[in-house]
Amino acid sequence: MAEITLRVSRYQPETDTAPTFQEYAVPLREDWAILDALNYIKDELDPTLSYRWSCRMGICGSCGMTVNGEPKLSCGTFLVDHAPGPILVEPLRNFPVIRDLVIEMTDFMHKLGAVQPWIIRDETEDDPSSELLQTPSQLDDYKQYSMCINCMLCYSACPVYGLDSAFIGPAAIALAQRYNLDSRDEGAAERLDVLSDDEGVWGCTFVGECTRACPKGVDPAGAIQRAKLVAANEAMKAFLLPKWAR
Amino acid sequence: MTELRQRLYRQRVSLFWWLSKPTYLLFVVRELTSVAVVWFVVYLLLLVRAVGAGPESYQDFLDWSARPWMVAVNAVALALAVFHTVTWFLVTPQAMVLKVRGRRIPGAALAGALYAMWFLVSAVILWLL
Repeated sequence: MAEITLRVSRYQPETDTAPTFQEYAVPLREDWAILDALNYIKDELDPTLSYRWSCRMGICGSCGMTVNGEPKLSCGTFLVDHAPGPILVEPLRNFPVIRDLVIEMTDFMHKLGAVQPWIIRDETEDDPSSELLQTPSQLDDYKQYSMCINCMLCYSACPVYGLDSAFIGPAAIALAQRYNLDSRDEGAAERLDVLSDDEGVWGCTFVGECTRACPKGVDPAGAIQRAKLVAANEAMKAFLLPKWAR
Repeated sequence: MTELRQRLYRQRVSLFWWLSKPTYLLFVVRELTSVAVVWFVVYLLLLVRAVGAGPESYQDFLDWSARPWMVAVNAVALALAVFHTVTWFLVTPQAMVLKVRGRRIPGAALAGALYAMWFLVSAVILWLL
């Protein structure tokens, strides 16, 4: 069977001060994604290779890596599309590397929590026996943003986040918008404090690379620009209108 | 935990990150072309000042504008401003979500409306001239 070479970034914190590349020849099977090749390396060639993965079907968001310079889900990126190789496999950019292809994601987890990505409402007035109904049009308002799987490819693609990691980033803002635009949610004002901060939506310069990198069609860049419009409107209202009229 | 953090490898962004991808380069060029827009604002202010200072200074302004190097500067600035406008019109539908009767207006229609307005305003200005 034909083979293809993977040049995989290796970083062993016990011994290395910087990553190096190691080459592995793997079978070039038509139905193999990069993740299948990594699993083959781990099982057959080198059990010391470390990487994250779980569902191998583009749902869990664990297996994000940099493939030939582009942020990709390794389960959805096929070997044949990069033949004849060699294929460069590196950890996601813009994050500290723990080992080999494993990155440190605590920063993203904090940012995700900061935008309160859940439905906020005053439930004291809700009738517990009734449902909160939604029309298809109301569902359409936020459905696209709800497809985010927290894979962090958008953070890896974003030069703003790469240069200044204080920027809250594409996925967190897209998820904030997912709840802001939900007809059942009442938490937009609470999220605005985080979003309208200097490190919030205004950090974004609309490079648009997050949207191109997103494997789920979320369009974080669009979400951020829409959030900017809301933040600017609210700032103008706060400046011009008396409190009771806002 | 502290020990582990110290052993993390921190990736650095290269100073030339904007050359690493065509889309990054397009973004940087789009941002830089805003200088051309600033130039036209300054040029307009100079024109207004010249008109305000009387016919003689207006004639001086016209003579200054007709110099070959000024024509060249303005031609280049126009090309850059057009590039700036077109690249912004390309991304505007992403930021503007308009709904009519519960349905989102498609991006192509929105961009089309922007171009139509652009040409309409240009036509009105040409007619005034």
